[in-house]
Amino acid sequence: MQDMREKQSGMEQMVENLLKEAKNQGASSAEAVVSSDTGLSVTARMGEVETIEHTRDQGLWITVYFGHRKGSSSTSDLSADAVKDAVRAACNIARYTTEDPYAGLADPELMVKEIPELDLYHPWDIEVNQAIEKAIECEAAARNLDPRISNSEGASLNTQNGLQIYGNSHGVIGGYPSSSHSLSCAVVGQEGDSMQRDYWYTAARAVDALESAVDVGRKAGERTLARLGSRRISTREAPVIFQAEVAVSLLRHLIGAISGSALYRHSSFLLNQLGQPVFPDFVRIHENPLLPRGLDSSAFDNDGVATSVKDFVSDGTLRSYVLSAYSARKLGMQTTANAGGVRNLSIVPGDQDFQSLLNSMGTGLLVTEMMGSGLNVVTGDYSRGASGFWVEQGKIQYPVEEITIAGNLKTMYSGLVAVGNDIDPRGSVRTGSWLIDSMTIAGE
Amino acid sequence: MLTPTDIACETLIAPAALRESDLDKVMDQVLSTTIDAADIYFESSRRESWVLEDGIIKEGSYSIEQGVGIRAISGEKTGFAYTDEIHLPSLLEAGKTARAITQGGNGSGVRIQGSVAPRHYYGAINPLDSLTEAQKIDLLRRIDKEAREQDPRVSQVITSLVAVHDVVLVVDSDGRMTGDVRPLVRCNVHVIVEQGDKREQGSSGGGARQEFQFFIDENRALGYAREAVRQALVNLEAVGAPAGTMPVVLGPGWPGVLLHEAIGHGLEGDFNRKGTSAFSGRLGDKVAAEGCTVVDDGTLTGRCGSLSVDDEGTPGQYTVLIENGILKGYMQDRLNARLMGTHSTGNGRRESFAHLPMPRMTNTYMLAGKHDPEEIIASVDKGLYAVNFGGGQVDITSGKFVFSASEAYMIENGKVTHPVKGATLIGNGPDVLTRVGMVGNDLELDSGVGTCGKEGQSVPVGVGQPTLRVDELTVGGTEA
Repeated sequence: MQDMREKQSGMEQMVENLLKEAKNQGASSAEAVVSSDTGLSVTARMGEVETIEHTRDQGLWITVYFGHRKGSSSTSDLSADAVKDAVRAACNIARYTTEDPYAGLADPELMVKEIPELDLYHPWDIEVNQAIEKAIECEAAARNLDPRISNSEGASLNTQNGLQIYGNSHGVIGGYPSSSHSLSCAVVGQEGDSMQRDYWYTAARAVDALESAVDVGRKAGERTLARLGSRRISTREAPVIFQAEVAVSLLRHLIGAISGSALYRHSSFLLNQLGQPVFPDFVRIHENPLLPRGLDSSAFDNDGVATSVKDFVSDGTLRSYVLSAYSARKLGMQTTANAGGVRNLSIVPGDQDFQSLLNSMGTGLLVTEMMGSGLNVVTGDYSRGASGFWVEQGKIQYPVEEITIAGNLKTMYSGLVAVGNDIDPRGSVRTGSWLIDSMTIAGE
Repeated sequence: MLTPTDIACETLIAPAALRESDLDKVMDQVLSTTIDAADIYFESSRRESWVLEDGIIKEGSYSIEQGVGIRAISGEKTGFAYTDEIHLPSLLEAGKTARAITQGGNGSGVRIQGSVAPRHYYGAINPLDSLTEAQKIDLLRRIDKEAREQDPRVSQVITSLVAVHDVVLVVDSDGRMTGDVRPLVRCNVHVIVEQGDKREQGSSGGGARQEFQFFIDENRALGYAREAVRQALVNLEAVGAPAGTMPVVLGPGWPGVLLHEAIGHGLEGDFNRKGTSAFSGRLGDKVAAEGCTVVDDGTLTGRCGSLSVDDEGTPGQYTVLIENGILKGYMQDRLNARLMGTHSTGNGRRESFAHLPMPRMTNTYMLAGKHDPEEIIASVDKGLYAVNFGGGQVDITSGKFVFSASEAYMIENGKVTHPVKGATLIGNGPDVLTRVGMVGNDLELDSGVGTCGKEGQSVPVGVGQPTLRVDELTVGGTEA
């Protein structure tokens, strides 16, 4: 920790130097980021180590403003000369960009005042050999599950420690040391001529919050086995459950559609919906940027503005857009401290567990994986490849594949029947499974 | 005249005061008795981008990335470390770390010697300097004006220009030292059109391993502006797409993303060496209809996916993947080629020095057939005509792939009738090409917009095809 404090003050000095250099070169204001990460990634496949990667990344980013003209640059070279060059490059660009009345730092009174400890730094003191053993153990749990697990893409262990410092010429300077660790496994199952692959992973800031290597491997194996014998179904309309890990994408699409840049470009299917019902009235969606150990926690956003807990949706009604200082000015509004996105978003779960959700659906499709990026964010038209299971009377009947699910996100949101309490805790966007009343399934 | 290897040495080695004997020393550090192969990859990459939006030059950015990646291979095992400091102590340290993959004793010394790719498919130029800043901005303004003049319903225009100057030098344990200078320029136009309460979007663009002049020549960039507006206006009139399995006619050029997803990834050497691809062990099998020949071609002049040498120093090649319906070959890097007892096809690529190389596509396309495109459309009673696509994705193991149409029409009684909304198409890689009923005589390559992602690494690629009729493909619309 002592080392980290020294490193932090060294990097804060570097940010100050960048801001000073920007001022020297004539910029009226500036903001800068310096970051440094180190990591270890090992992969084991078929019981042996396959790759060992040592990562070490560093970089600086600077944005300068000459009044309302803006220029940016970045470099992976942190030497004193490179700092000067980067500032020069940014200033040169700002000579050619146009005066944009909305461009510039956020208002000084909105800046973060205090930077609380958020418990984000829990380095994993693991030797390369121990990491390899853990990956081998994880993969073995999947491969030993069943003779139909015939092949493997391997298991990977990843651990990273990083430090990122932000500063701007309003005098804000600060950042967080952080750690992140993950363990993942992907295996292949075979039955007759057909092969299926599936995976599982765990990820957290601290090792004690990771699932065990054996659990990760076993889940990867079970998920692969469950897909064997997948078949197609005929084209039809049916209710759909998005399992928690894929339902996350539906929340991300919401955030995309209510983010300032989509709104001022009129590039959103949720234009002018503030204060309007978007979901049924049981839905509440909120963010907690100050969550201890959160994967996206920070006391300030990418503009240096203090973050706070807030609802985007409550009682099914859209309560807030996702705005940065720039997009807020463009829309004639106030920033929501979401420059860089939302931080630790979640939807309040209902009281149904996963089985109860299946029972509520009765007969329909359970989606466990999606493919492609078939969303038109301007219209909300939605069409994606899917695989999962056909469900009748609340019971899984058989796995399905090579089908698509289609609808419009706006009607999908208003057709949300229930959110399960089976929350997937691994990401910074958290939800349980979603039951949606009806979608078009295209198949045979 | 300086070769790309000379330029790479001047850019990457000389400023660090490294001599060839230092490179020998680093290679000695990496090699041991149990290391089969090793390489040191130097890279310096400069990137510049400009964005015009709301009629103003809103943003510009400039970035420099440079560093060295060192890889040591023993059998199927790879050790890898990188540093962004190009100086001898950092290189020796990274070499030692990479070598820790095995325990063997010291290997024999290697004498590094410069080598040069036999042919070059693009010039050793720096596209960032190919226009002045004022000229770049003028170009963006002209594109914006062209888009807005097309139709009063155009409400938003976002235009970007990007240039990349990538200089690489690969030193390998066979003693070869090969450099490459890779220019890349890209231009994209995105528009929103509004008519009453209805809104739609359209996108178009292009790119090449060229100077910015590429966009001015033949008024290409203004063409992107017109094309983006045309697509958006077509989509304003679109109705719900059909749902279900039906004949699909794919237009020429960019719809070749079908080949990239459906078969391209499945024919990459790593998946086939490991036996995890739906195409594993199928060389010599019939995987496409007669008349279908698919190649991966890194040797096209100036194309985004072209490579004079790949990221392992192997010269770019023309590789036949499927010949007249029969599976002929995989795409290989050196590691997978060695383990499969064959040789690299020049497909070893990496996003940067900080990433490991793996087999990747270059420009992947199907050769022309004999049918007139009109004849192909006329042959369909009821089906979909899809001419523009967004991205796609594939599950290598099950073979299932998707690609999403962004401009499509119904075909009824042999005629293209009305536009339908975008929809995802899904199929099975190993048999989709067996259902190709007709191959057009109108081979086109895409305009240079393609980027491929694999295991978190992005590289520029090209695709292409003639008009194709796929007799049965599932269309993911809303109209069941």
